[in-house]
Amino acid sequence: MEKRPEEQIKERVQRVEAAVALKVPDRVPLVLSFGLFPAKYGGISCEDAFYDPVRWGAALKKAVSDFAPDMYEGVRMVPGPVLEALDCKQVKWPGHGAPSDHSHQFVEGEYMKADEYSALLDDPTDYALRVYMPRVYGSLEGLRTLRSLRSWLFGYMVAPQAALFTRPEVTGALEALIEAGHRASRWRAGIRTLEKDMAEAGFPQFTVSSTYAPFDIISDTLRGMRGTMLDMYRQPDKLIEACERLLPVLIETGVGIAKHVGNPRVFIPLHRGADGFMSVKQYETFYWPTFKRLLLALCDQGLTPCPFFEGDYTSRLEYLRELPKGKVLCHFDRTDLVKAKEVLGDHLCVMGNVPASLLQLGSPQEVREYCQKLVDRVGKGGGFIMAPGCVIDEARPENVKAMCDFTREYGVYA
Amino acid sequence: MREDLATALADLQEEAAVRIVRERLDGGENPLSILADARRGMETVGRRFASCEYFLPDLVYSGEILKQVSEMVRPRISQGLKTERLGKVVMGTVEGDIHDIGKDIVTFMLDVNGFEVFDIGVDAPPDKFVDKIRETGATVVGMSGLLTLAFDSMKATVDAIAEAGLRDQVRIMIGGPQVDEQVRKYAGADAYGQDAMAGVALARQWTGVQ
Ligand code: B12
Repeated sequence: MEKRPEEQIKERVQRVEAAVALKVPDRVPLVLSFGLFPAKYGGISCEDAFYDPVRWGAALKKAVSDFAPDMYEGVRMVPGPVLEALDCKQVKWPGHGAPSDHSHQFVEGEYMKADEYSALLDDPTDYALRVYMPRVYGSLEGLRTLRSLRSWLFGYMVAPQAALFTRPEVTGALEALIEAGHRASRWRAGIRTLEKDMAEAGFPQFTVSSTYAPFDIISDTLRGMRGTMLDMYRQPDKLIEACERLLPVLIETGVGIAKHVGNPRVFIPLHRGADGFMSVKQYETFYWPTFKRLLLALCDQGLTPCPFFEGDYTSRLEYLRELPKGKVLCHFDRTDLVKAKEVLGDHLCVMGNVPASLLQLGSPQEVREYCQKLVDRVGKGGGFIMAPGCVIDEARPENVKAMCDFTREYGVYA
Repeated sequence: MREDLATALADLQEEAAVRIVRERLDGGENPLSILADARRGMETVGRRFASCEYFLPDLVYSGEILKQVSEMVRPRISQGLKTERLGKVVMGTVEGDIHDIGKDIVTFMLDVNGFEVFDIGVDAPPDKFVDKIRETGATVVGMSGLLTLAFDSMKATVDAIAEAGLRDQVRIMIGGPQVDEQVRKYAGADAYGQDAMAGVALARQWTGVQ
């Protein structure tokens, strides 16, 4: 007999939560982190996915119901109409600089200059408004001409400064923001309906809230990879100070949405602290201290941080033992999971890591063999969740199906 | 005793390196020998990277120091700088993928290790690889791709090279975050490289350099 959706949700959530708490669930839980795979699977172009929340929603719904993971991930998308309204320069998206049948792509750059740390540290909001946003969004260039809003603290005397807001370049920017906001709201409404539909079909979402390690925000979207790496040598103190300055902002970001939507899991994609990106000593100096405090702060709030350790994290596994036992869900990409289980098995839940190459180029039989190895060696004793190692865009559907079916059948704990 | 530029560069001593270069230039020294020392320093950087003593930040920083050194020295070089090159490499990010950071680091390391690199940029269609191989007579090809969409483009590029009758002339290496042995086999490349120095090692091996 079919279970009712609420029961299914409860069962699925419990399965994942048991694994996080290092208990043995009824079977190995299964989480799918979709990129644009649902679009390709559902026969719509990536451009459609970026522009049409109804068709994207339908595609996502089809993928989730067909593969039936315990939790799905995959509504985290910056919609095309919003990017367009703001004339976003930091990303190229399908049909706008990126091929219409592929993912959006980031434009690496030094969006924050080497000599701008003081401005950022002094007043991040002012820096964002008058320097950073005009650089990232063509439509917001006019904000550059504003004066700092701090003078509004002086009270009624400064009211005439409102004149600044009437300059055409500023009104243009404000109009673009309003238009982008309307478009974002429409999109969000579509996504909310989708999430509701999914819940009614018995499928919980893996994470809604997300946040970042302080170092990564600086390396990804502020100073860029090259800039940040030079700062590690030329202005290490400023870099560390900026991580400290951003930490509370990033805690607040993660906590706020998680509490608001009532989903305790917080997604934290991790970028430039992995093996190869810096030495262990550099990791200890620049990355780990504020990242660790971010995780601890989320745990303190009763939330479950779900760091996604992109790339290879094998040499940093020991650090993760400093985190509270059974409170963090560690999603690994190219880390050796057997090693991860060895180091973390009695301490934290391990999730992963069917390779993108295998899902895209292998055969269902090869996928099953890989999953069997994971279940046998990493799934032993619980505390393990099956998932792809990489956000999936182009996988073969039969391979994704093999991964899911196999986990459901073979992953049952005796 | 004269401070050693190669050591300063290898140890990532930016100020010292710049000062030594200035002093040597002021002393009227042959700029080519300064560049040769810088190159030796970079070789050490490469070795330290390969042995996991150095990581990306160190590589990037060394590149920045080298750039300054080159900028100081080049105006003093009268005729066109002729350095001996170990071999020619065509390098690009494959069609559909617009990312350059991985490709640029590999290109840079190949260059400082003595290869003549023809960088054909990002989102490079198969024809562009083929044309560049023809034009330059390169014997090594490097393809980069950050996203999984690149797997098919890598295969298409290898196929195009074969169709153009150039497959026997070149050895092909690929790389990127999700590239592994399975991708190599699928694409029909000769090898994949985990990082920039792996690319240098492959190019060395293929061109018969120790
Ligand atoms: C930092 C990062 C980001 C940054 C920006 C990166 C950028 N400039 O594009 C941000 C946060 C903005 C970002 C965004 C996204 N990202 Co991202 N990102 C990463 C991450 C962690 C590192 C990439 C990086 O900076 N590499 C640095 C360069 C220097 O390394 P590299 O390119 O690998 O090159 C080295 C080697 O591979 C090798 N190499 C490269 N080419 C070649 C060639 C040859 C011949 C040889 C020998 C060697 C070689 O040498 C290089 C130097 O050592 C990777 C995962 C990872 N650890 O690699 C994910 C990753 C690339 N991102 C991913 C995803 C899903 C995304 C997003 C779609 C997420 C989203 N929903 O918005 C977006 C947009 C896609 C994009 N990147 O453009 C996925 C890719 C998914 C896929 N199916 O392909 C990855 C693989 C993470 C994962 N495991 O899921 N990302």
